[in-house]
Amino acid sequence: MGASGLAQFQQVFIEESLEGLDTMESSLLALDGGGDAELVHGIFRAAHSIKGGAAIFGFPEMSSFTHEAESLLDELRDGRRAIDGATIELLLRVVDCLRGMFAQAQAGQPLIDAAADALRGELAAVMGRAAPAAATMEAKGGPGAWRIGFRPHRGMLASGNDPLRLLRELAALGELDVTAELDRLPALEALDPDECHLGWRLELRGDVKRAAIAAVFDWVEDECDLAIEPLPPAVPAQASVPAAAATPARTAREAGAESGSVRVSIDKIDGLINLVGELVITQSMLDTFREGANASRLAMLEQGLVQLARHTRELQESVMGIRMLPIASVFNRFPRMVRDIGQKLGKQVRLELAGEHTELDKTVLEKIGDPLVHLVRNAIDHGLETPERRRAAGKPEAGTLRLEASHRGGSIVVEVVDDGAGLNRGAIVAKAVERGLVASGEGMDDDAVAELIFRPGFSTAAVTTDLSGRGVGMDVVRRNVADLGGTVTVRSAPGRGSTFTIVLPLTLAIIDGLTAAVGDERYIVPLVSIVESVQLDDGAIKTMPGGGELFRFRGDYLPVVRLHEAFGCEGAVREIPRGLMIVVEGDGSRAGLFVDGLVGQQQAVVKSLEANYRRVQGVSGATILADGSVALIVDIPGLVRMQGRRRAA
Amino acid sequence: MSEHAPSEAIQSQYLTVHLAREEYAIDILAVREIRGWTAVTRIPQAPHYVLGVLNLRGAIVPVLDLRLRFGLPREDYDATTVTVIVTVAGRLFGVVVDGVSDVLDVAADAVKPVPDMGTAVDTEYLKGLTAVAERMVLLLDVDKLLQPQDAQMLEAALPAATDVKAVA
Repeated sequence: MGASGLAQFQQVFIEESLEGLDTMESSLLALDGGGDAELVHGIFRAAHSIKGGAAIFGFPEMSSFTHEAESLLDELRDGRRAIDGATIELLLRVVDCLRGMFAQAQAGQPLIDAAADALRGELAAVMGRAAPAAATMEAKGGPGAWRIGFRPHRGMLASGNDPLRLLRELAALGELDVTAELDRLPALEALDPDECHLGWRLELRGDVKRAAIAAVFDWVEDECDLAIEPLPPAVPAQASVPAAAATPARTAREAGAESGSVRVSIDKIDGLINLVGELVITQSMLDTFREGANASRLAMLEQGLVQLARHTRELQESVMGIRMLPIASVFNRFPRMVRDIGQKLGKQVRLELAGEHTELDKTVLEKIGDPLVHLVRNAIDHGLETPERRRAAGKPEAGTLRLEASHRGGSIVVEVVDDGAGLNRGAIVAKAVERGLVASGEGMDDDAVAELIFRPGFSTAAVTTDLSGRGVGMDVVRRNVADLGGTVTVRSAPGRGSTFTIVLPLTLAIIDGLTAAVGDERYIVPLVSIVESVQLDDGAIKTMPGGGELFRFRGDYLPVVRLHEAFGCEGAVREIPRGLMIVVEGDGSRAGLFVDGLVGQQQAVVKSLEANYRRVQGVSGATILADGSVALIVDIPGLVRMQGRRRAA
Repeated sequence: MSEHAPSEAIQSQYLTVHLAREEYAIDILAVREIRGWTAVTRIPQAPHYVLGVLNLRGAIVPVLDLRLRFGLPREDYDATTVTVIVTVAGRLFGVVVDGVSDVLDVAADAVKPVPDMGTAVDTEYLKGLTAVAERMVLLLDVDKLLQPQDAQMLEAALPAATDVKAVA
């Protein structure tokens, strides 16, 4: 149980420490903005926890490094040192460095970091003394060899600890010489095989830290006499055994690092328990009808069913709620990022965050980060002007960037608002013409022009910077958001700034859909993709050379996707007037989805086809209908792409 | 996690199913459950032997017809037709067979290699054959039933579909 048990706690330690680092970072940034000195205490506490935990969980390098930072924080806390920009900058780099160390620890790599050593030096220099030699020595590795005296107490075996396993663990750390001490061994007739009579003298060679050795004995400390002492290096060269010797023991940790987990507040769990209790009561009430119902109790049955329906719905909502996490975890990375980008570009940015407590599905949350980062970078790089130009335009020197999340109906809306120059209509049109996206900008309204920036291959950055002009454009943002079932739009006013609005579904696990019939089969069409449905005459359809069909809808010609053709359904309606054309929108383009008719509307719990089968083109998942059968959910963007390819082929 | 101890030297248990007058055996450790035939939901772009998917207590499970998989003529499903749900590498799928018959103990050394011909079935889905009281029983290699040939077939069917990520 030793190593794996500890590894489990280690994972918790790493997760908690990363949270602690986030706190440190945000507090440091708040301090930078002239925040309360009380914040220093919070930072100190976070650093202290990391230091202590690191020592316990076998990361002595991290512990001693954090110790240095803690000393500096201690001076700040006691008021012995003024809080200035340079100190905060240094501490922010310490936070980054620790994050790197945790990443290495999580990947099971040895924590060897030249940056950490350099920072350690800087910290010491700031505090006006030389880098602590002893700490560095310890961090760089032990003396190269250790002598370990290990004498288990007689009862150790009874507690389930096996000395042999410990020796094997030690052997994994380096080259191990084992000498058994037999002096306690009784005569055979007096020997109790359930007791441990042996002791060992061990010599361990290799770049092993004392803490690593001590960690092996963590679980038996109280049940043995243990002495760990450094051996004077027999051959001087041996002290510099490459660190690779220590790696095998660590790689074993990699396996557990990926498992995702969610922290759920007690309130949510209590709510769930209450609901389940209600459900049980309803169930037992309904159970009384098992003995046979008569008409007089019909009202009671009806009431029970109503209750059941309500509790089931509430339970469903609560369980979904467990997956919901506040968007703050995504927003929190921005203060630091905005500060760094601003400094790099010589722009002053004031970041405002609002609605951090808005909750999103964990899956959505994990995937919305990148598009948001892109929008924020873009806003600072292309949106906000330099202080000089802002002054010239009569605006405050510091630009304002506002990130706001809110619930609106059944959706989450995230807005990125800047008060910069706004979209440059002329530049966008010129670029679009140059790229061959449009013939000219004439007759295009502002919205249509703004839409252009979402087209693939569009980027207006005159100079490609390492911040936002890396060939990844707004089309990728739109695509990423669309993958989450959301949309992204932009509004802009020249000289007053731009607003990017991302609208996301509350959850990916349940969608609202219309059930469409095609032959004997039923398909779910997500409601978000549906614009409207129309019944058409034969004459409304134009057949293109090559077999493609188009129909006219509000001034546009839209391609027809016959679902029975795309999915190969039999017995479906083929005559246009007898069926129904559902106008759908996906990936920014519209199409007509031809089906036999609509059967009803329902909420669909999305199930994965890939879990046991594989991805199917044009299908985003499956759901279970009220009768227990399976219906497939149509992936509108995928279907439209698929149709395009078929026509092209 | 579980260690494959040298149990192969001892005996393995197999569920035998019959199909077109031959008897096949499926490693019982791969069998999750046996259920009567129920209608499934067809899935587009599937190989002809994949009948569709069914709802197994909330999980979406593909079902294939072993007759069609082996290139045998299709038979109507009747009261004895069953779907054997098997699990391979953490994935579930159903196999439709004419019926189940027995559970066999087969010693590892009683398994003979399959000669290259003589059955109606492509030998690549067989692990070997064994004899039980004068009957020949073919041991199925369930791992190979649903993959990876499907992926190839799918790509062959959709040459233009470059972004099909067939999960193999």
